[in-house]
Amino acid sequence: MNFNQAPAPFLKPLTSVGAIMRQVLYALVPATIAYVWFFGWGIVIQMLIAVVFALAAEAMMLSLRGRPLRPFLGDCSALITAVLLAWALPPTAPWWLAAVGVIFAIVFAKHLYGGLGYNVFNPAMAGYVVLLISFPQQMTQWIAPDFLIGESVRLSFMETLQAIFAGFPAGIDIDAVTAATPLDHLRTQLSQGAVIQEITTHPMYGMAAGHGWEWIGVFLLLGGAWLMYRRVIKWQIPAGVLLGLGGLAAIFWFIDPSTHASPLFHVFSGAAILGAFFIATDPVSAPASDKGRLIYGLCIGVLVYVIRAWGGYPDGIAFAVLLMNMAAPFIDHYTKPRTYGHERP
Amino acid sequence: MLTAILAMTLLALVFGALLGYAATKFRVEDDPVVERIVAILPQTQCAQCGYPGCRPYAEAIAKGEADINQCPPGGEAGIRALAELLDREPKPLSAEHGVEKPKLLAVIDEQTCIGCTLCIQACPVDAIVGAAKQMHTVIEAECTGCELCVAPCPVNCIDMVEVPVTVRNWKWPEPEKWLSPMKDAANG
Amino acid sequence: MAERLHRFRGGLELPGMKEAATASPIRVMPPPKRIVLPLSQHIGEPAKPRVAPGERVLRGQMVAAAEGVISAAIHASTSGTVVAIEDHLVPHPSGLAAPCIIIDADGRDEAIEPVPLSDWENRDAGEIRERVRDAGIVGLGGAAFPSWIKLSGNRDQPLDTLILNGAECEPCISCDDMLMRERADEVISGARIMLRALHARHCLVAVEDNKPEAAEALQAALAKFADPRIELVIVPSRYPQGGERQLIETLTGREVPHDGLPLDIGIVCHNVATAAAVHRAVVHGEPLTSRIVTVTGGGVAEPCNVEARIGTRMSELIAFCGGYRGDVARLIMGGPMMGFTLRSDDAPVIKASNCLLAGTAEEFAPRRETLPCIRCGACADACPASLLPQMLYWHTRARDFERVQEYDLFDCIECGSCDLVCPSQIPLVSHFRYAKTEIWGKNEERAKADNARRRHEARQARLEREAREQEEKRRRKLEALEKMKSGDAKKAEIAAALERAQKRKEERS
Repeated sequence: MNFNQAPAPFLKPLTSVGAIMRQVLYALVPATIAYVWFFGWGIVIQMLIAVVFALAAEAMMLSLRGRPLRPFLGDCSALITAVLLAWALPPTAPWWLAAVGVIFAIVFAKHLYGGLGYNVFNPAMAGYVVLLISFPQQMTQWIAPDFLIGESVRLSFMETLQAIFAGFPAGIDIDAVTAATPLDHLRTQLSQGAVIQEITTHPMYGMAAGHGWEWIGVFLLLGGAWLMYRRVIKWQIPAGVLLGLGGLAAIFWFIDPSTHASPLFHVFSGAAILGAFFIATDPVSAPASDKGRLIYGLCIGVLVYVIRAWGGYPDGIAFAVLLMNMAAPFIDHYTKPRTYGHERP
Repeated sequence: MLTAILAMTLLALVFGALLGYAATKFRVEDDPVVERIVAILPQTQCAQCGYPGCRPYAEAIAKGEADINQCPPGGEAGIRALAELLDREPKPLSAEHGVEKPKLLAVIDEQTCIGCTLCIQACPVDAIVGAAKQMHTVIEAECTGCELCVAPCPVNCIDMVEVPVTVRNWKWPEPEKWLSPMKDAANG
Repeated sequence: MAERLHRFRGGLELPGMKEAATASPIRVMPPPKRIVLPLSQHIGEPAKPRVAPGERVLRGQMVAAAEGVISAAIHASTSGTVVAIEDHLVPHPSGLAAPCIIIDADGRDEAIEPVPLSDWENRDAGEIRERVRDAGIVGLGGAAFPSWIKLSGNRDQPLDTLILNGAECEPCISCDDMLMRERADEVISGARIMLRALHARHCLVAVEDNKPEAAEALQAALAKFADPRIELVIVPSRYPQGGERQLIETLTGREVPHDGLPLDIGIVCHNVATAAAVHRAVVHGEPLTSRIVTVTGGGVAEPCNVEARIGTRMSELIAFCGGYRGDVARLIMGGPMMGFTLRSDDAPVIKASNCLLAGTAEEFAPRRETLPCIRCGACADACPASLLPQMLYWHTRARDFERVQEYDLFDCIECGSCDLVCPSQIPLVSHFRYAKTEIWGKNEERAKADNARRRHEARQARLEREAREQEEKRRRKLEALEKMKSGDAKKAEIAAALERAQKRKEERS
């Protein structure tokens, strides 16, 4: 009797790219709910816009490149790019912002580099940076959390939809519903000579960082912890980022707490936690070895602090990640682990 | 302005000197180019390139007298290696010099052989043993498959056969060629 | 001794899948009608036939002798007549045929007179090794390296530990488990013989913690022999615990040098089944003519462990286990991680056949579409050799075989862990095997080319020398002629000589 031949191993594969990517999406659910709680429906609408354009761009690029659609759309990597980019946008940003960003991310940062697995840069961050540089005004118009402006002026779902697709509805004072983010506020105030202790008395600040923001941070942290528990990501990169950022912040805070914010503030502000657990951990553009990933994370953390403290932008996750993406092959080269049976260096 | 120009000039000089020093200090002694070409050529000694052996061909390439695509046994892989070594564009094998074939082995039909020694004289690597009026035989391990012995044989008793694949020289196939996705390899 | 266990890096927790075949005791299969004995069942040179077609052979009679140092003898596994020595399908991933001795059994199963080495305790190491060599024993864990070579110690370094490997970490395989359960005495007795041959200080018998029955049986056997040098160690079940280098790391915390052998760190590792075979060869004088094979998988009617004669064709082995059941998608020799598929069940059981796996399509689904590598690093985490499979894969795809070797391709033990955890379902191990044989082939080609170059140069030199000599000869002849023509003195001399000769002639006549 004859049989077909195939190579070992014969056991069924334990996981798939789609399963990994889907778990990342699940891990973002609690923080997304918190986001909606504090800032309204904007983020959900942004996500939907980004997902629609991302899938369209992905399908278009795949068919242009002659690749099969089903396995590559099923890997959910375009969804991750879309969702992460939506997280980086102000919730009431015009719809075309998300579309432009996500199309740039998928077409240029991903497929022109060879598609899944070959991109040098994190696509979501590449898209974000393009938007930040090209449309600085729209990209920094952040909505204020509800408690700052009061229940009365809170944007309803329909109003948010209108704001995104047709501009803010008449009768709503843009200045009333938008506000600087805590990082931005702190930065402007510091440059005007104020000290931290006095700045943080503003109602925008909560226990450790921005009111609302810090809670979203906590839920992102929970999601990240779950991903580590599920072994979708490993601890090296998130730990590196938070340690690099928090450590450097701690040093300066220790030296002068009146002009340098606390490490807790830095960690729970802006995109630090999102970046540490969900953005920097994108495996394609990160180094491959454990040691390399720790170094990569640390460098990102340090760069974020440097950009926040002395750079031209209030937050620096995207720039830090993109800069370190470029260094990933170099880190890989110098952190090759010792193979079994080879001499310890 | 002037200081800037001066500073740049000075920097350029310093770095230029450093680079120059490094270039002489850490120079890697390379094999002469002929040796490196010889190392790439398959050493079949078949003379299909138009030169009486691999080394003369290598020397001709080094002098620029011969092109890199005249070696059929080396095939495309050989041309690519030569192109890389000499920093030239790879090109397809020149048809007038022959076609790339799987590696062959000369086999003498011992019933027909009359012991004329002509093939022994033709063999570039002394891979045929025998004496006048005695039957000849090919030392399999030494045969390069150059086919130079085939023409001189007056009784046409030399055949070129493909080297058989056995469990001892079998190679794992390239997975892409073996494993078309969603489908198993067919029998055989 | 092993006070504290260490942990090897990487690896996987895999399902055992051993229950089906361990439910019933080992079944002894009677000799089949036809025996097919491949001449190459071991690592090294193929054995050389010592019988001719038509010859009658007895069980245990050597039919092919070891050729060269690394080789092993082969014995008839039942009595009968040699019908042919020809190519026959052998169990090999290539699905190719290779030279085999084919014997038609006469059904009487007569054996040669065994010559036990019953007083082995007083014999020296050399005699024991010789016996093991003559019995054709090779590593029965699957590697099939001639065992007697691994029973010679190292002069430079005293041998510390003999490790008997009873880990059997690969799913589905249970032949060692059943052997230890039912024949623990043979294993321990074999260990004692090996200790004598190696002059080793002590012996660790390692069993994974998912085999409590085997451990119990071994413990009982140890109590019976009361040999304080031998100790049973229970190791955690983790794939590939049974890998020689991984087991050594678990037991001693030491690593075998990548370019060396366990012997270099004073350790020798044998499989438990090899120890039992050594016992039989030495104490009973029986050469290796049978082995225990696990026959299992969803595609076989009665999964069990069978003691089968070497040379039994797989089709008959399956028939002995109740035949096929359902739709068999794959016939695998070895386990589901490191085994290989057979082209046909016409291939025979060889010394390395630890398991025959008839897998259905539901058990072993065909591979899904491969996606590009996303560099997630799961493969590197699973690799017990601390390699970076994703980098090896990258360079293999680019056919950059030098780079692949820089990333230590040849330290890959092909355990398949990386392959199994890859979310993109990339057949990593297949790529690495391809790269390995490709590099070997290239090296061989290069060596052959070098050889051809040398021979060609030698020939050129010889032809030149011959031409020079010819030239020299011609020149000398010419010179002599010239001289003759030109030199008058010489002419006179010759004339004088001729004259003298003439005179003498005249005088005589």
